[in-house]
Amino acid sequence: MYSKKVMQHFENPRNVGIIKNPSGFGEKGNLRCGDVMDIYIKVENDKIVDIKFKTFGCVAAIASTSVLTEMVKGKTILEAEQLTKNEVVKELGELPPVKLHCSLLAVDALHEAIKNYKDKQNKGEEKESILKTCSEEI
Amino acid sequence: MKVYLDNGASTKVDEKVVKEMIPYFTEKYGNASSLHSFGRYALEGLEKARRTIAKKINSRADEIIFTSGGTESDNLAIYGAAHINPKKKHLITSAIEHPAVLKTFQNLEKKGFKVTYLGVDKGGFVDIRELEESLTKETVLVSIMHANNEVGAIQNIREIGMLCHKYGALFHTDAVQSLTKVPINVKKDHIDLASFSSHKIHGPKGVGALFVRHDLDLEKLMHGGKHEFDRRPGTENVSGAVGFAKSVTLVKDKDVKRIKKLRDKLIDGILKEVKDSILNGSRERRLCNNVNISFKGIEGETVGTYLDIKGIATSTGSACASKSLNPSHVLVAMGLKVEQAHGSIRMTLSKFTTEKEIDYVLKVLPGIVKKARRISMF
Repeated sequence: MYSKKVMQHFENPRNVGIIKNPSGFGEKGNLRCGDVMDIYIKVENDKIVDIKFKTFGCVAAIASTSVLTEMVKGKTILEAEQLTKNEVVKELGELPPVKLHCSLLAVDALHEAIKNYKDKQNKGEEKESILKTCSEEI
Repeated sequence: MKVYLDNGASTKVDEKVVKEMIPYFTEKYGNASSLHSFGRYALEGLEKARRTIAKKINSRADEIIFTSGGTESDNLAIYGAAHINPKKKHLITSAIEHPAVLKTFQNLEKKGFKVTYLGVDKGGFVDIRELEESLTKETVLVSIMHANNEVGAIQNIREIGMLCHKYGALFHTDAVQSLTKVPINVKKDHIDLASFSSHKIHGPKGVGALFVRHDLDLEKLMHGGKHEFDRRPGTENVSGAVGFAKSVTLVKDKDVKRIKKLRDKLIDGILKEVKDSILNGSRERRLCNNVNISFKGIEGETVGTYLDIKGIATSTGSACASKSLNPSHVLVAMGLKVEQAHGSIRMTLSKFTTEKEIDYVLKVLPGIVKKARRISMF
């Protein structure tokens, strides 16, 4: 059902964890569909120098976030912003059609983290945790 | 080590069953409707199989119809009975039925029938009072499963059957999961129709049976020859029926007791060794081979896949639901929170399950749950 690459990332997920005081944080998904993804980024000189994730979800969700963190680590914010779900799926080999949304969620969570970083840069103030609004939705 | 704990999905065919079937492929291969000796040998096998299954559920032999499996039996029973009296257009079922039942009712709903879906309590049991309140003079059929495929809840079908008959409704029960595990007596249990499947009890796939009370004029699903008492056309699957009947005779009370003991060892072991694990469903009125556990903060597929890597086959909810993203309709109907429903895995044992295998599962599972929880934010 899952490609070899998906299983490799699932068995051995890269960059699992959290970053204390991250430059940016993003969360996407909801519990009803069974997938929630958190992405933490640390940005220095416009480059993502560190990235961590936590995922509640299925095999595809965990593999998608894991591979995404590998793909954007060391990239500039501009490069990371341009990442698409198709590139994530391509990197994983393939995903079953019913699981394609997992790759989109991972990309959305990354974009959310970048947005959060930019907001902080622009406003110089802490944005309210998205975690809170999400848990209210649930 | 390879451990198969998905016997609710399908089972290993007993070698004694295979042996019983083989002559019907290579020697007694005639059409059971043919008059020559080849046909007569096939017919003998078929009728013996029918008597064996009838005996198991205390029915007449001519009340057993062989079908292609549980899904066809459910469809034939429900469609057939729904159309028995054109004046009665009300049907009752439960929220936790197998899709073969639920989707059939949903289809009848589109065709003008009124369907009441009964809820269940947190053990997975239908409320008898709610059933009584729902029954009317218009109710033609009530379909409540004997034992649930996901959480193993065993309904009190005798009480349900008596109530249905008190209100003049027919009673169908999907007994696919319970056959050979829980006694069923169609007369005492007031059952008019009951569905069975072979491959859940170490018989071959592609064959099942429907018990139909002899005096019911069931509307047919398929049209053709007058096979199976003119209720189900098509050349009889003699080898399948023979194998199915053999499998029915091979499960003994002592097997059920032994499976139950292993089930309890597995449940107690998991609840003790894995923090924040919850048994879904009732502990007492539960199928001897069913374990359904939720692990807080993680998704069932994740646990199931890590177990698979270790050689242990389990399922999340039911195999039929693995193509869908929604949490199990059974667990949601039982009032579980969605995250608890997503975090469930089902382990179903069989008479071939050994204590060594259970020990192995208990050895690897805590580490797997720990690993999965490290990835999750909850």
